[in-house]
Amino acid sequence: MKSTKDIAVLLDEPACEHNKKEKSGCAKPKPGASAGGCAFDGAQIALLPIADVAHIVHGPIACAGSSWDNRGTRSSGATLYRIGMTTDLTEQDIVMGRAEKRLFHAIKQAIDTYAPPAVFIYNTCVPALIGDDINAVCKSAQERWGVPVVPIDSAGFYGTKNLGNRIAGDAMVNYVIGTRDPDPLPEADRSIFPAVSPNFKVHDVNLVGEYNIAGEFWHVLPLLDELGLRILCTLSGDARFREVQTMHKAEVNMMVCSKAMVNVARKLQQSYGTPWFEGSFYGITDTSQSLRDFAKALNDDDLTARTEALILREETQIRQELEPWKARLKGKRVLLFTGGVKSWSVISALQDLGMVVVATGTKKSTEEDKARIRELMGEDTVMIDDGSPRALLKIVHDYKADILIAGGRNMYTALKAKVPFLDINQEREFGYEGYKGMLELVRQLALTIESPVWEAVRAPAPWKNKVECR
Amino acid sequence: MADILKRNKALSVNPLKASQPIGGSLATLGFNRSMPMLHGSQGCTAFAKVFFVRHFREPIPLQSTAMDQGSSVMGADENVREGIKTIAEKSRPALITILTTGLAETQGADVHRNVREFKAANPEFADIAVVGVNTPDFTGSVETGYAATLTEILRAVVPDAKTAGTYPGKRKKQVNVLASYILTPGDLEALRDIFEQFNLRPVFIPDISDSLDGCLTAEDFSPVTIGGTPMSELLTVGDALATVVIGTSLNKAADLLAERTGVPTYSLGHLYGLKANDALISALAEISGNEVPERIERQRAQLQDAMLDTHFMLGQLRIAIAADADLLSAFVDLVQEMGAEVVTAVTSCNVPLLANIPVDTIKIGDLEDMELLGREHKAQLVIGNSHAVDTAARLGVPILRAGFPLYDIIGGYQKTWIGYRGTRQTLFDLANLVINFSHEEIPAYRSIYGQKPASELTDYPPSCH
Repeated sequence: MKSTKDIAVLLDEPACEHNKKEKSGCAKPKPGASAGGCAFDGAQIALLPIADVAHIVHGPIACAGSSWDNRGTRSSGATLYRIGMTTDLTEQDIVMGRAEKRLFHAIKQAIDTYAPPAVFIYNTCVPALIGDDINAVCKSAQERWGVPVVPIDSAGFYGTKNLGNRIAGDAMVNYVIGTRDPDPLPEADRSIFPAVSPNFKVHDVNLVGEYNIAGEFWHVLPLLDELGLRILCTLSGDARFREVQTMHKAEVNMMVCSKAMVNVARKLQQSYGTPWFEGSFYGITDTSQSLRDFAKALNDDDLTARTEALILREETQIRQELEPWKARLKGKRVLLFTGGVKSWSVISALQDLGMVVVATGTKKSTEEDKARIRELMGEDTVMIDDGSPRALLKIVHDYKADILIAGGRNMYTALKAKVPFLDINQEREFGYEGYKGMLELVRQLALTIESPVWEAVRAPAPWKNKVECR
Repeated sequence: MADILKRNKALSVNPLKASQPIGGSLATLGFNRSMPMLHGSQGCTAFAKVFFVRHFREPIPLQSTAMDQGSSVMGADENVREGIKTIAEKSRPALITILTTGLAETQGADVHRNVREFKAANPEFADIAVVGVNTPDFTGSVETGYAATLTEILRAVVPDAKTAGTYPGKRKKQVNVLASYILTPGDLEALRDIFEQFNLRPVFIPDISDSLDGCLTAEDFSPVTIGGTPMSELLTVGDALATVVIGTSLNKAADLLAERTGVPTYSLGHLYGLKANDALISALAEISGNEVPERIERQRAQLQDAMLDTHFMLGQLRIAIAADADLLSAFVDLVQEMGAEVVTAVTSCNVPLLANIPVDTIKIGDLEDMELLGREHKAQLVIGNSHAVDTAARLGVPILRAGFPLYDIIGGYQKTWIGYRGTRQTLFDLANLVINFSHEEIPAYRSIYGQKPASELTDYPPSCH
């Protein structure tokens, strides 16, 4: 079990603006009035997309049983991450102290059956409480079978999902990153990008916090290929163990959208001097900005020139393709309540479409984010801190919003209140990233806003207003 | 009759089991204005919530005592009391259940004491039923958690016949129905219809057909369940003509109810297939003293006809089933009635019913076990939850989705399996799944002297077997 001190160290994140503020995303939850996941949830979300690893949840059934195979993340090849594995501890294991032994054998079984390049062990509440030494079990299993076995000490009671993200990032920094050098550059077939000079330099970079939900990163990856940005690893969408191992060799890291794993970027900077920047691939403006930031951070004039050309080409094309949709969505009023994804990033995407954002959630936003939101939306913009269903619905009605854009958790709240809804969290089934993702976004927005069902469900049954009929 | 093969591997791969707190929550959600609270860390609740939201596609009331590092080590009594109080003040529900998790039980929590302390300290909330249940996830499954929670709710609320002055038959039309987790909202609706044809009034305990049936209400938001068995009904269950129990897992709850109220019990394992429904209809005829209505007789005859039509596809069909005991038993009876063979039966935990299920062996295990055994025994069809879809794909056979959770289809929670009509539809569904798969096609043979056009030799469609 982690000590209180270990947890305090993880919570103290100098690279996070919340650190200096009283207000933080890590406030103590209130019994009987809390929502949100736990540290194990966060750790699993952060690492499960590493597709070729055997992910073993060490604990009784509830942790894995209700959550395995529950992610929208996609892999381009390996599928081992979709196989749910757990030690499924029994009362006997716990009372008789057999949990460590079971874990040891479980690791062997996973290696024997699936021959994974590595095994990740997620510690949960019960083994943490009874004092299972998972670090020692992982170490001896690794020695015994010669396969990396990584402990991720993420008992739920340590804290929130956010803390779990950090625990996961920390485990990667401590056990995995830096254990292998990148492959030599392949002889790329430059003929696929004929417009580009054959002699451009290829830069190695990482993305941290990119989860490839619904495969959306594949909208962006071809552009990065074209620019000569080799992604050593995305932590962790469509990643492989051997990619994570090489992350220390990147020239620059991009923190995608959320600061959940900012500790990874900070520690890579500390240990390897890798600079990092924050960016997002949601919306035209932010996608272009992120590409520019790569060129800027890499300080490569040729790359900058090629990036500008690519941006011009892509923006021109997407704006043309969006034109017919803009007419349909223009002036529609949006209530935006996002969790991890930066509100301002989505705001600019919606404003690109001529939509009006009437209010936005800022529960997890930093002061810097809020300033940016004011800049985009004007001084008297409504910022929502109370994310309870009742409060959200009130704002929807008060500000006459045409649609609520929020995480999946609020989906049925909106639907029950007969309010159009768009899911923007990680469980969603559509990819919105990059220039191409905007087309999917407008299609989904129009699909729900323009749907005839709203009138059908809001109108009373015909026999209920007979008086008016006469 | 069945040999029970115990778990013999360290790692559970592709778990079949859902935890006891999930079952306990489901039982609670079948009562009107209720709120389950899991005593554990926040994730216990978050995962359970997502589990239900994906299955029912409904907002699900579910709370947490939010144990953290301090309370996990130093004791979480205060979390329980504070949690109950917060829910009581904010939403004033009719029922709050406190369901323990592995974390709380390992720590040594005593929720029953916490509940007593809360009641003593907060008489202003005496109208709220507060029930603690031991549902650690390191034993049992969704089935046992559901049964235990229902038993505890009955124990806490149903009054003794003497003190309450109830007697069996005082309400001449009322029949209590203890409903197992295998009954979907769609099943309960169909069942209500059947009871009403006998001029009986069923009181479902619990009733998820009234709370989790996907109904659009005038209210735009409610923090607690809308619909479900009203808690007030539990005070008068002692006046019923009879109690019908559906699901062997609820026998203990049924015993408790009979002991408290003296109302006679009719126990039915499930309502899948001709025989099981004949037992139900006979019981209802006996309880009501009415003739079996013509409409039901006609439905029975329709089922018989469907059995004839589908036995060509289902006879000798080799089936692999992964389900908790009540559901496993239901499907085994249903498909055996059709002449199919259950070649693989996998369940998540050992309960007494298993030994009586008429198959050779039952494996306590996971979906990997079903996959391996199914391959070994050449299963031709899989019956299991949405997680088993990938298993079936790897086995190269069709799947009938059943049980918990069903997240990759819409309306799975609403499917009607029971009664003569539900059974008939299930048989059609099963037959349609295998209509192109079950019979062995004779592979085409090409004579070495044949004069078929040369193009046919290359473009030969692969067999679907």
